[in-house]
Amino acid sequence: MRIALAATCIADAMFPQAPKAVVTLLERLGHEVVFPAAQACCGQMHVNTGYLADAVPVVRNHVRTFAPVADGEWDAVVVPSGSCTGSIRHQQKMVLERAGLGAEARTATAVSERTYELSELLVDVLGVTDVGAWFPHRVTYHPTCHSLRMLGVGDKPERLLRAVEGLELVPLEQAEGCCGFGGTFSLKNADTSAAMLDDKVANVVGTGAEVLTAGDWSCLMHIGGGLSRGGTGVRPMHLAEILVSTREAPVVPADRQEVAR
Amino acid sequence: MSTFLGMPATRTGRGPSPDAAPGTLGGVGRPEDPLHWGASFPDAAKAALENDQLRRNLGNATATIRSKRARVVGEVPDWEALRDAGSAIKGDVLARLPELLEELERNVTARGGVVHWARDAAEANRIVADLVRAKETDEVVKVKSMATQEIGLNEALAEEGIAAVETDLAELIVQLADDMPSHILVPAIHRNRTEIRDIFLERMGDAPPDLTDVPRELAMAARAHLRRKFLSAKVAISGANFAVADTGTLAVVESEGNGRMCLTLPETLITVMGIEKLVPTYRDLEVFLQLLPRSSTGERMNPYTSMWTGVTPGDGPQEFHLVLLDNGRTKVLADEAGRSALHCIRCSACLNVCPVYERVGGHAYGSVYPGPIGAILTPQLTGEKSDLPYASTLCGACYEVCPVKIDIPSILVELRAREVELGGASPDAADRVWKAAMKAASFAMADGARFRRAARVPRALRAISRHGVIKRLPFPGSLWTRSRDLPEPPKQTFHDWWAEREDER
Repeated sequence: MRIALAATCIADAMFPQAPKAVVTLLERLGHEVVFPAAQACCGQMHVNTGYLADAVPVVRNHVRTFAPVADGEWDAVVVPSGSCTGSIRHQQKMVLERAGLGAEARTATAVSERTYELSELLVDVLGVTDVGAWFPHRVTYHPTCHSLRMLGVGDKPERLLRAVEGLELVPLEQAEGCCGFGGTFSLKNADTSAAMLDDKVANVVGTGAEVLTAGDWSCLMHIGGGLSRGGTGVRPMHLAEILVSTREAPVVPADRQEVAR
Repeated sequence: MSTFLGMPATRTGRGPSPDAAPGTLGGVGRPEDPLHWGASFPDAAKAALENDQLRRNLGNATATIRSKRARVVGEVPDWEALRDAGSAIKGDVLARLPELLEELERNVTARGGVVHWARDAAEANRIVADLVRAKETDEVVKVKSMATQEIGLNEALAEEGIAAVETDLAELIVQLADDMPSHILVPAIHRNRTEIRDIFLERMGDAPPDLTDVPRELAMAARAHLRRKFLSAKVAISGANFAVADTGTLAVVESEGNGRMCLTLPETLITVMGIEKLVPTYRDLEVFLQLLPRSSTGERMNPYTSMWTGVTPGDGPQEFHLVLLDNGRTKVLADEAGRSALHCIRCSACLNVCPVYERVGGHAYGSVYPGPIGAILTPQLTGEKSDLPYASTLCGACYEVCPVKIDIPSILVELRAREVELGGASPDAADRVWKAAMKAASFAMADGARFRRAARVPRALRAISRHGVIKRLPFPGSLWTRSRDLPEPPKQTFHDWWAEREDER
């Protein structure tokens, strides 16, 4: 398949190892990956903070950039984030409609119908759960709120993880509880956010895992920031960074691993 | 700012009334406006978070109700269909509200009841006070009611020399402590049993002097106290869980039997009901009497369901008044984006699953309606600028459990947009900072080439990182680094990496 990658703004600027891993992983599985360079952001931060007018140009840029998928130029768009996929699927149309951009809202819908979060793409579209990965580490998985409740990815990420050779998946207590990030919530309600983070960090540490994984670097940045502040030694890694690891090109848990091309 | 929530003029100021003397029993006092009191949400939340006892109590209580609910909901095979039905019935009610309210009025009147219409809190309180005074009594018994909490009825009656006695155990605790409810269903969830014993000993005149903090003893003391009130009261005041338009039937569901006492023993019954509490037909109760107890107390069926239709000669109250309360509801109804907040049946499932409510408790919301539903209902009812729409991570747990499928996260986003508009009209310092930041981000993120340059900016922070992490940033970054590290930004953005890779090919 010909798959367009929406890297997400946060991973592009702060955690490029995740979209790089997506590229390597999908190419390893025999697919062609394209990265439309006009992309920037899906607009979620503006929408969820209430700045809908400021979200319009951001959303329009995303829809324009990925419109070719609606015309069949690419087979799918992959996003290494449940939260950005959720915004693309559930918010972009609303933002454009409110701005009176009916035609672009229809394009947004067509794009969103071909846009998938990574675990959805792998399991539902590509029909694969064993991606041939090798990652001999103890891992716990945090289901991020939007992947769980907005997208309903269910146990797809865990199925992918269980198929990784050498990986020991340990269950996380109160896994479905929010980590307290919530985008700008972490700044507007910093104390409440920190209290939620404390509980999540304690639960992660309680698993004895070496690595915490999730499908969203935004939540991982938050929990990872808490794990680091607490000196816990648990490393946050995106799902893609684990799935890309093989015996030939192993990925070692570290603060910042540069994934081999 | 709207004025319809104005209370009689003797109580002034925004916060708890100064003469309420909170302190010894820890009550927050009774505020002038039950829908808007106390500190800002972030400040009130901070204070609540510092109370370890409160956090433990709330954590335990919400976890218990959560798991009970999950268990009894899980055993209903058609739960999702029931939610769909509940949502559809409420949608129908809102679409035909004027016609259904008139149908209700006709049927209540035909069965011997009297219907009153109240535009706002002041009107509703006036109507109730006049009705009670006409009965020449200075004490009434009350069934727990959110509508009367919302309008501050007890305080309004007190100013007319009428004592309103709450008969729900938790509501009684709140009332005796001169406190505010912190939960829709379990208003004293923030209290532990030792505190309750102290409240009873100090404020409940007939409490046994050797009262301990054993729950059964506490309940027995309240029971004896309340039994005397039930038997002497001439007037009772209730809310309503449901009103059936096609029969004129009112319904109250409860657990303690105090409601049944109030609804059957006194000569006069006055019911104050929000106009959205309607269902079109008697048969519709089938849906809600399944949805409500499982969602709220985690029970298959609530112990007491009382229904009455007008007046029945020789049986129960011989005079029945129904006060239909608007108090901002028609304004909510007129708003397409927010109106489904009026679907709410006050089950409080959203409070029990909310990770924010679980940690900060109900008082932080500064409204009789706390938690996720309060965060969308309160600002819509008052129409005022509010920080409540931001009191959520948009995690979606509330929407998942809502028995009438109110999409609370989406309405929160709508209300945030409204806050931004209100903030644009009269911005404070924070509004200006956010506005500038969002404008700049919008510019940078609306174009791939601009974003590619902007994405390199964080790299500058590598200068202050140590061992791969940044531990301290200046404001506003300090809001982040106060409790979390920030990883060192990468040397190369993904955009740049991809371009380099393409060049090499």
